[in-house]
Amino acid sequence: MSQPLLEASDLNMRFGGLVAVDNVALRVHSDEIISIIGPNGAGKTTVFNCLTGFYKPTAGTIRFKGEDIAGLPGHKISRKGIVRTFQHVRLFKDMTVLENLLVAQHRHMNTSLLAGLFNTPGFRRSEAMALDKAMQWLERVNLLDMANRNAGNLAYGQQRRLEIARCMVTRPDLLMLDEPAAGLNPKETEELDNLICELRDHHKVSVLLIEHDMQLVMGISDRIYVINQGRPLASGTPESVQNHPDVIKAYLGET
Amino acid sequence: MPESAYYFIQQLLNGLTVGSTYALIAIGYSLVYGIIGMINFAHGEIYMIGSYVAFIVMAGLAMIGIDSVTLMLLGAFLVSIIITSTYGWSIERIAYRPLRGGNRLIPLISAIGMSIFLQNYVRLAQGSKDIAMPSLITGGWTIGPADGFSATLSYMQVLIFVVTFISMTALTLFISRSRMGRACRACAEDQGMTNLLGINTNGIIALTFVLGAALAAVAGVLLGMYYGVINPYIGFMAGLKAFTAAVLGGIGSIPGAVLGGLILGITEAFTAGYFSTEYKDVVAFSLLVLILLFKPTGLLGKPEVEKV
Repeated sequence: MSQPLLEASDLNMRFGGLVAVDNVALRVHSDEIISIIGPNGAGKTTVFNCLTGFYKPTAGTIRFKGEDIAGLPGHKISRKGIVRTFQHVRLFKDMTVLENLLVAQHRHMNTSLLAGLFNTPGFRRSEAMALDKAMQWLERVNLLDMANRNAGNLAYGQQRRLEIARCMVTRPDLLMLDEPAAGLNPKETEELDNLICELRDHHKVSVLLIEHDMQLVMGISDRIYVINQGRPLASGTPESVQNHPDVIKAYLGET
Repeated sequence: MPESAYYFIQQLLNGLTVGSTYALIAIGYSLVYGIIGMINFAHGEIYMIGSYVAFIVMAGLAMIGIDSVTLMLLGAFLVSIIITSTYGWSIERIAYRPLRGGNRLIPLISAIGMSIFLQNYVRLAQGSKDIAMPSLITGGWTIGPADGFSATLSYMQVLIFVVTFISMTALTLFISRSRMGRACRACAEDQGMTNLLGINTNGIIALTFVLGAALAAVAGVLLGMYYGVINPYIGFMAGLKAFTAAVLGGIGSIPGAVLGGLILGITEAFTAGYFSTEYKDVVAFSLLVLILLFKPTGLLGKPEVEKV
C-alpha cells in the first residue's frame, strides 16, 4: 500500500512517573476513517495532544506525509494539514459564526497590512474567496441563517457542527475529532455520521476519531485502534475488534 | 452665563484633555492584558520614550532650519511612533516571550525590571534634568466675560482631541474590520485554538505590543507638548494613571480603557479645580478603590471565565 498519511510509531508520553501513552502505534491512510476507542483515561486524548503538537512526546516518531512532525509547534503542524477539535467546544464565542470561519482561513489569505490598507484587488479577491468558502460550509452544516450571530449563542449541536466547518475551511488533509458525538441527540449523531462519511468521500479528508458512541464508531470506521491504560490493545476492522477477547475483557471486565 | 459655569466648562475641558491621553496609554495596557493576561508595567516608559523621541525630532528639525509647525508635528509623530513601536516589539521579544508559559508572576517581575531599566537608560542617555518641550501650538478660543473668569479652549487641546479621536477610531476599525484584527480577537479568546488553526500567535502578540506602543507614542508627543516639560520619570506616574484607567474601565476592554481614562481625567480636573490640586491623586485612586469594591471587573469588564 502507498505511504500512509500519518504514521506514529513507538509513541510514548510520560508525565513524571505516570506513563500516559505506552508504545502506541497508528497509521492513517488517505481517505480513511480511523477510530481510537478505549475506556475513560486510556490515553486517547493524550495521543491526540501528541499528534497535534500540544505535547512533545517523550519518545517515538510521528510522520505526516513522510515528514517528522513530533514536537513541532501547533501552528506549524496545522499548516501541514492536521486540524482537530476538542472534547469541549472551543469556538470563538464572542465572534460571529462567519468570523469564526474567516479567521480559520487567515493563513491562506493575503494578510499584508499594506494590501489591506489600500484594499488592493488581490486583497479583495482573497477576502471574497474566503467568504465564498465560509458560506459553502455554512450551507453544508445548515448554519447559513446564523452567519451573523455570535457563535456563543448557538445551540450545542450547532456549535459542534460549526467547529467541524471551521476545521474544514483550513483545508486539512487529516481531521481529528475528539468525541464529536458527545452530548448530541440520536438525530444529531446520525447527521454527524453522514457528515463525516461525506468528508471522506467528497472532500478527500482522512478522519481520526475518538468516540464513545459505539454505534457511530462501528458504523463509519474503516479501522479501529483500541487503547487501554495507555497501551495498544487491539486494532483492525470493526468486526475483528468487536470480537477480540481482550477488548471484551477491557470493556466488560473479567468474567 | 454666570462665571461659575465658565469655570465648570474649563475644568471639564482640562479633564477631557488629560483623560483622553490617559485613555491612549490605557489602551496599550488593555490590549496586552486582553491577549496574554499580563500587565506590561514597562508601558509607561514607552510613553516617556515617545516624548523624548518627539523632542529630539523637533530639536533636530529646528537645527537644520525647518520650522514649519506642520512638518515638525508630522515628523515628531511619525518618528516617535516608529521608534516606540520598535521598543514595544523588542521588549516583548527580549523580556516577555522567553518567559511565557511559566508562572504568571515571572513576566510581571520582568516587566518591572524592564521599566526600571528603560527609565535609567534614558536618564543616562539624556540626563535627569527637566527638558522644555517646544510648544508649537499656541493660542485658543476664549469664551466668557472680559472682566472675570473665562473659559479657554486652546488649539493644543483641540489637537489632542482630534488626534486621540483619530487614533482610537483607527484602532477600533483595525480590530473590528481587518484580518489581523480578527486574528487578534480570536487570539484574545482562545490562544491555543487560534494557534491550532495555523495562525502564528506569537506574531499576533507582538503586534499588540506594537499597537499599544504606537498609541503610547502618540500620547507621549501630545502630553509632552501640553505640559511643556519632560523628564525620564514622567512614565511612572502616567503609566500608573493609565493602568488605573484601564482597570477602572475593565481591563481587557478597549472601550473600557477609553471610558476609564476620561473618567479619571475629569475626576482629577474637578478635584484640582474645586478642591485642591494636592488631593487630585488621592481622589482619583480612591475612585478606583470604590469602583473595584462594587464592580471588581471594572465598568465594562467581563468576569474572567477560567479556561480549562
